[in-house]
Amino acid sequence: MSIDLKTIKHISKLARISVDEQRAEKLAGDLNSIFDFIEKLNELKTDNVEPLTSISETTLKLRSDEVKSKNIRKQIIKNSPQDNEDYFVVPKVIE
Amino acid sequence: MSDITKQSLTELVENIKNKKLSSTDVTKAFIDRSEKSEELNTYITNDFTSAIDKAKKFDQKPNLDLKLPGIPMAVKDLFCTKNIKTTAGSKILNNFIPTYESTVTENIWNEGAILLGKLNCDEFAMGSSNETSFFGNVQNPINKNLVPGGSSGGSASAVAGQLTPITIGTDTGGSIRQPASFTGIVGLKPTYGSCSRYGIVAFASSLDQAGPMAQNVKDCALLHEVISSYDPKDSTSIDFKRNHFSKELTNNIKGKKIGIPKEYRVDGMPKEIEDLWQKGIHYIKDCGAETIDISLPNTSYALPTYYIVAPAEASSNLARYDGVKYGFRAKGENLIDMYEKTRSEGFGAEVQRRIMIGTYVLSSGYYDAYYLKAQKVRKLIKNDFDNVYKKVDAILTPSTPSSAFKIGEKTNDPVSMYLNDIFTVPVNLAGLPAISIPAGHDSNGYPLGLQIIGKAFDEQNILNIAYAMEEKINFKNKITDWWIK
Repeated sequence: MSIDLKTIKHISKLARISVDEQRAEKLAGDLNSIFDFIEKLNELKTDNVEPLTSISETTLKLRSDEVKSKNIRKQIIKNSPQDNEDYFVVPKVIE
Repeated sequence: MSDITKQSLTELVENIKNKKLSSTDVTKAFIDRSEKSEELNTYITNDFTSAIDKAKKFDQKPNLDLKLPGIPMAVKDLFCTKNIKTTAGSKILNNFIPTYESTVTENIWNEGAILLGKLNCDEFAMGSSNETSFFGNVQNPINKNLVPGGSSGGSASAVAGQLTPITIGTDTGGSIRQPASFTGIVGLKPTYGSCSRYGIVAFASSLDQAGPMAQNVKDCALLHEVISSYDPKDSTSIDFKRNHFSKELTNNIKGKKIGIPKEYRVDGMPKEIEDLWQKGIHYIKDCGAETIDISLPNTSYALPTYYIVAPAEASSNLARYDGVKYGFRAKGENLIDMYEKTRSEGFGAEVQRRIMIGTYVLSSGYYDAYYLKAQKVRKLIKNDFDNVYKKVDAILTPSTPSSAFKIGEKTNDPVSMYLNDIFTVPVNLAGLPAISIPAGHDSNGYPLGLQIIGKAFDEQNILNIAYAMEEKINFKNKITDWWIK
């Protein structure tokens, strides 16, 4: 298997990471060597194996949906790179 | 005051309880040494001024019933600390101030400990050498230009270099045990679900666990007893009765059955590692325990499995870093462009590589071939352990396939870097506890570690085995203070 530049561009789009040509080539090389290594898994027959989806055998506990942290809006907003006191601000999305 | 920093946690607690030392004495001693140790680059953020204030406050009305009375300590910068910058070693979180405290650090402060600062680590804990940190390399106190291991490299260096008596790290594929082994200290990766993940910057949620790192096994047991708790805020936290690990610690391991897995004898493993392992087997027998040859047939599939599961979970967890609600933001022509540039400029190369791997294995058309396949192999790996645990109480292996390597030696070859975790990764995939203890030196005098793997929730047993072996090994770390001017 080989991951080409077109695939790298496609994945970077899905991952929302902009990648220039030079970086794309480096990533293609790295990912190909990593996937060569991962291909080893194909040696194993796993048709009748149940996938392990959770390591703990207990079922998830339910709890009531209550507000525990109150009046922290200001502190939360403070961490934002851009805000207008009450809202997070992003580049214009509607023309 | 220089000898204060040489004391173990157990000694410091005793001296504070007997009023031979005050919390202020101890805190000042570790701050003084930390300030002289800038070259190690262990701290990302220090909180020295408020640490001294807290120590003075503790001394005015000391509560000596606490488990960590007035003990100063630094923690890995992956744990959210309320009102104190938490970066995860990344540019993208370089200005992030948490509004809440992680449960494990909360447990530590509730037992009287005092925060010294936040320790360097690989970016988002992705790395085995601390070289992926946005804040630069960490030096190993063992020797200049030697990596401390990773991802808890700053934590390992800070304990080995005596800048903090104890610390906590996180371990997703070996990030506590490998750096502990590289720096000659003890590190415990607890059973999945034993320590809360609440407030820990997430890497791979089905593998991440917090754990203690210390100079010796007893200190490690005491710190583990403090951090391990049931926490409703982590839906995978498990509600079970936890031991008083330090109180119940015993070196009596007579009659225990210890498995020696043949698959851990890998190609190209240096003779020094094989010799160390044999020495470990000898010590086990010397302690009155029995060793049994076992087989974990799917061991060689653990790393490839890990490099599907961990990046898949990481790509999903790291989707939250979009430059909107917190962290770094790059300028963009529109919203999408802003997202893409923020993530391109905010994440380092290794993190981007793993997000790309994860995105690829989860993408349409590849999910079954990679992610589902990996989950099935993960099941086989867990079955291997379940099978051998019908016959043995614990397993002994080397912690790493080599001693610490030079800074820059493996940065250009991701796969050779990943191979460092060959002995530690299976434990995370199976959710088991394991401890690394220093057990000898290589020909350069660099430390080498042995790993004891336990059954799920059987931390007491592996701590006991480690405690018994530690006494026999009588390891002395060779720290020359080369970095102190």
